[in-house]
Amino acid sequence: MGLTKNSVGTKCFDNGINTKKSSVDLTVALAGNPNVGKSTVFNALTGMHQHTGNWPGKTVASAQGEFTYKNLRFRLVDIPGCYSLFSHSTEEEIARDFICFGGADRTVIVCDATCLERNLALVMQTIEITGNCIVCINLADQAKLLNIQIDTKKLEEILGVRVLSISARNGSGLKELKGAISSPLKTSRYQIPYPETIETAVSMLTPHITSICQKYNINPRWLALRLAEDEKEMIDYLKKRLGLFIDAPELKIKLKEVKDYLQINGIDGRKFADIVVTETLKKAKEIAEQTVTNGATNRTDIERKADRILTGKYTAFPIMIIMLGICFYITISGANIPSSWLNKNLFALEKILYDGAASLGLPLLICEALFHGVFRTLSWVIAVMLPPMAIFFPLFTLLEDSGILPRIAFNLDRAFSGCKACGKQSLTMCMGFGCNAAGIVGCRIIDSPRERIIAMLTNVFVPCNGRFPGMISMIAMFLICGSSIASNILSALVLTAFILLGIVLTLITSKLLSETVLKGTASSFTLELPRFRRPQFLQVLVRSVFDRTLFVLSRAIVVAAPAGLIIWVCANVSVDGATLLHHLNSFVDPFAKFFGLDGVILIAFILGFPANEIVIPIMLMSYMTGGTLTDISDLSVMRTILINNGWTVLTAVNFITFSLIHFPCSTTVITIHKESGSAKWTLLSVLLPTAIGLLFCLLNTLVFSLLGI
Amino acid sequence: MYLSELKIGDSAVICRLDTDTNIRRRLQEIGFIKGATVKSVMRSPLGDPTAYEVCGAVIALRNKDADTISVKVCDA
Repeated sequence: MGLTKNSVGTKCFDNGINTKKSSVDLTVALAGNPNVGKSTVFNALTGMHQHTGNWPGKTVASAQGEFTYKNLRFRLVDIPGCYSLFSHSTEEEIARDFICFGGADRTVIVCDATCLERNLALVMQTIEITGNCIVCINLADQAKLLNIQIDTKKLEEILGVRVLSISARNGSGLKELKGAISSPLKTSRYQIPYPETIETAVSMLTPHITSICQKYNINPRWLALRLAEDEKEMIDYLKKRLGLFIDAPELKIKLKEVKDYLQINGIDGRKFADIVVTETLKKAKEIAEQTVTNGATNRTDIERKADRILTGKYTAFPIMIIMLGICFYITISGANIPSSWLNKNLFALEKILYDGAASLGLPLLICEALFHGVFRTLSWVIAVMLPPMAIFFPLFTLLEDSGILPRIAFNLDRAFSGCKACGKQSLTMCMGFGCNAAGIVGCRIIDSPRERIIAMLTNVFVPCNGRFPGMISMIAMFLICGSSIASNILSALVLTAFILLGIVLTLITSKLLSETVLKGTASSFTLELPRFRRPQFLQVLVRSVFDRTLFVLSRAIVVAAPAGLIIWVCANVSVDGATLLHHLNSFVDPFAKFFGLDGVILIAFILGFPANEIVIPIMLMSYMTGGTLTDISDLSVMRTILINNGWTVLTAVNFITFSLIHFPCSTTVITIHKESGSAKWTLLSVLLPTAIGLLFCLLNTLVFSLLGI
Repeated sequence: MYLSELKIGDSAVICRLDTDTNIRRRLQEIGFIKGATVKSVMRSPLGDPTAYEVCGAVIALRNKDADTISVKVCDA
């Protein structure tokens, strides 16, 4: 759940990579396999705080940053991680496109020191495209622990590029890396040797493409290989990029000649590709054997044991549920005290500010609007949202950093494949816990377009951070009272049960979609299970508080302030003897009552469309305009207000249910539209959860009345 | 035999990839190439997918996809 301005704001919509060419001296591309710590290197170099996590495919949107070294300004572009440039996944196409045509002056390829061999394919392929590379072997500290030694000098000799060993997490080797980036590069002349037939085909073509290669500054050998391979998608891509040079009659004849030559030697397009891949990987193995000592280190016994427990037949699911429950327990029990403290003090502050402003002679109406409207809504958002967020985010980041999330996807994949969806959907759901909009962007890690749409349409069933504090306070007020350890545990269990309901709904809805509007079969699935990493506690704490909590909170506040004013106006402007808000509420009230909610709740959800964080404040303000209560010091007062307005346990259950299952917030809807490119799916993403949510509320109401509660 | 039939803990050498789609490239680039050694390391609690150690990494494949990879068991 990469929750930063880059991943949630408008910037997250960039599909390709567009670099501004202004005012920097050099543009540097940062490439690498998934999960090698690219984002950590990026952050370390730029001082930016792009979110990092230990699972493949985390960086789905590319980030850009700048840094200065020895009076030179650099722009650093983080390219999505990919294993090679062979296949056609979205990440690989973006990466290839940027390396070939992005105008990077140099490309830094980040590798994982603990498994260098599998990183070398990308290194070799990148060098095949551009010789201006630097190989940066990250995670040197971890390799040292595993007693892996890498002969960087030898690797430099073989590949003809600078090779550096760094450890971005603790900052070692960064200065050298900056130095290497800023000093003049020796262009590598390294070539992957292919069998003779292919080399002949390449040399037949190269003389005829020199001019186009010069024009676009691409390596003729690379282009010749792609032309000889004659793979349709690649050719289409080249035509798009280089114009219709392929259709030049002279080249066409030559291409036919090459094709015939290859055919005589028994090499068709598929075989050609096979040979290229196999030779590249073989060579990677060979180079690794020459330069890495002790590289074949398998996972340690502890890692194996951890994996056996996390994915064991009988242990996996209990452990996953317990972990979720513990996260919620810590959040709930930890949030109680700061929440009521914030409440008390913010409301005391409100009174002081109000009195102060009034004594300064500010018109009463403005005082009311500012402090009972804007300030009170803000106070509510802060008091209710901040403590659970500040606790839950770091906890979740720890899970993410350690590498547990891919194991969860591994455990759950069967359930998703049964619904003809992708197991990586569970990763996007995890991102949804932070922010559904981020979860939607995260759906890019799913290759099949059909499965991606399914994941987008169902992401909202995971309650984001804007919603679950509200759910927590409802549980605390109506379902489980008190704040003893036992009641906190019980609250965590109830919340976990609601989350599980969301997960079950995700599966059912995915299945439903696969059987109806999104028919199809489950596509193939490959998922890397990375090594566990020890999370960096302090960094996690600082990062999650500053990057995520404050970001989400500031977004909520930006929405809450004007919303507070609007609600206050609605609640205080009267037409025909009743306030606007009253009119609105009573208009939807019969409809809402039918589903076991009330007009105020429904209107609060609708007005809370810009951000779910403000649903409870809106609701309270609506209720409070009727009475004389002006001061809410803690949950028990809030409970009294709600009960005075006809709330029962059923209303609370329905509120929680509707919180969990309703239309996504505006940011998420916009993101769904951008990412799916379709108004139809966007509309469905709004209607589907709303309908299901109302259905569940109706069901709750029926069950409650049958049981006579 | 096919990769999915490999017992947990056993290793095998890949003989052939019987797939013609994009998954072929995907499998190849992560190391499932002819001649590579793979080891079956763990199975998901629900029976599918299975994780294989290949080329220094652990990769999970659904049995349906692992069925497209022919392997020969190594003599331990």
